[in-house]
Amino acid sequence: MAIFGLWVINKAGGLVYQRNFADGLAQLTSNEYLVLAGTLHGIHAITSRLSPTGSSSGAQVIEGESFKMTILLTATGTKFVLLTSLTETTADPVLQKVYEVYADAVMKNPFHTPEMPIRSEGFDSRITALIGSGLP
Amino acid sequence: MAYTQPHPRFSVLSASSLSSAEHLSPTGSTARFSLPSAQSINTTLGTPKPNSRPNIYDRNINKTRTTEVSAAAFTFLFSEVVQYTQKRVSGINDLERRLNTLGYRIGMRVLELMVWRAESSSKAPKREIRLLPALMAVHTQVWRAVFGRPADAIEKSVENEDEYMIIDNDPPIERHISVPKDMNQLSCSSFTAGIVEAVFDGLGFPARVTAHHTPTQQYPSRTTILIKLEKTVLEREEVLK
Repeated sequence: MAIFGLWVINKAGGLVYQRNFADGLAQLTSNEYLVLAGTLHGIHAITSRLSPTGSSSGAQVIEGESFKMTILLTATGTKFVLLTSLTETTADPVLQKVYEVYADAVMKNPFHTPEMPIRSEGFDSRITALIGSGLP
Repeated sequence: MAYTQPHPRFSVLSASSLSSAEHLSPTGSTARFSLPSAQSINTTLGTPKPNSRPNIYDRNINKTRTTEVSAAAFTFLFSEVVQYTQKRVSGINDLERRLNTLGYRIGMRVLELMVWRAESSSKAPKREIRLLPALMAVHTQVWRAVFGRPADAIEKSVENEDEYMIIDNDPPIERHISVPKDMNQLSCSSFTAGIVEAVFDGLGFPARVTAHHTPTQQYPSRTTILIKLEKTVLEREEVLK
């Protein structure tokens, strides 16, 4: 049970927040994270159109052998992605809480520019309080 | 400063015609008091529509005494206020001054409403004329009327005897604001300082009020509202002693 990392992807597919909490995944450069986030954004757009029966919310969980990523798509198109171990069961409630923290500490902060990278101490500290600073 | 100018209310008494919206505005002379045109009030009062909702000006003021506004809605509004203001100023001092001005306009109304309510509810309504009771009233009643709880402390400056401080450990209007590092001397509580300044001006204690961010380990958003009283106030206090 571990939470490895959190990404926030804006509605255009840009990575506006990325943070690691536990070791266990490959260390990437910030550029690689940007590319991955953009790719995930594209994959998500494809999956949301594949549904045979009407509209779809797109991919919600992508699982690998050693980890899974849980995706929360909000009404405004912002995506929250949580990278966790396979046995982690709290991913969905944690993402809901992250969304709440985002709404409070980012959207209500007059010094944040929408769609731009999140540089808000309040968001950082509240995420730390929610998920922890590094240890599972 | 507004209080150094002749009191704008006098100009109303000399207004000959009430039909002009400009004359109805008690404060046309100073930018700090600029109000929206009063024309719309006249027209809605003159021709009440049968099925329209009751006019906001006809509503009982006491009914809203205990009602609360949505903190989220207010925070979004205040965030927009700060962003709007920030686009139109040249520096942090200017930004704080503009926020102070906006707060001043609220403070005037807060004081008026509090006095009105005190008059209608208590048998012996009282006007604060001494400094310390006035400070206590701001600390307790004004804070309760505006933020729903009293402020956390009042302190007297050690160095300057004309300075007092009201301390709020967690100002609600700043709860979700993260000031960037390059603007770290900015305190958005300048808005609160404006409210306090207006209340003190209205009570007859002209003062300069500013806000300062004074974080502690326990309260990272602790804010000090610094009240610098005019000399005349201290002189009068001496006489009243």
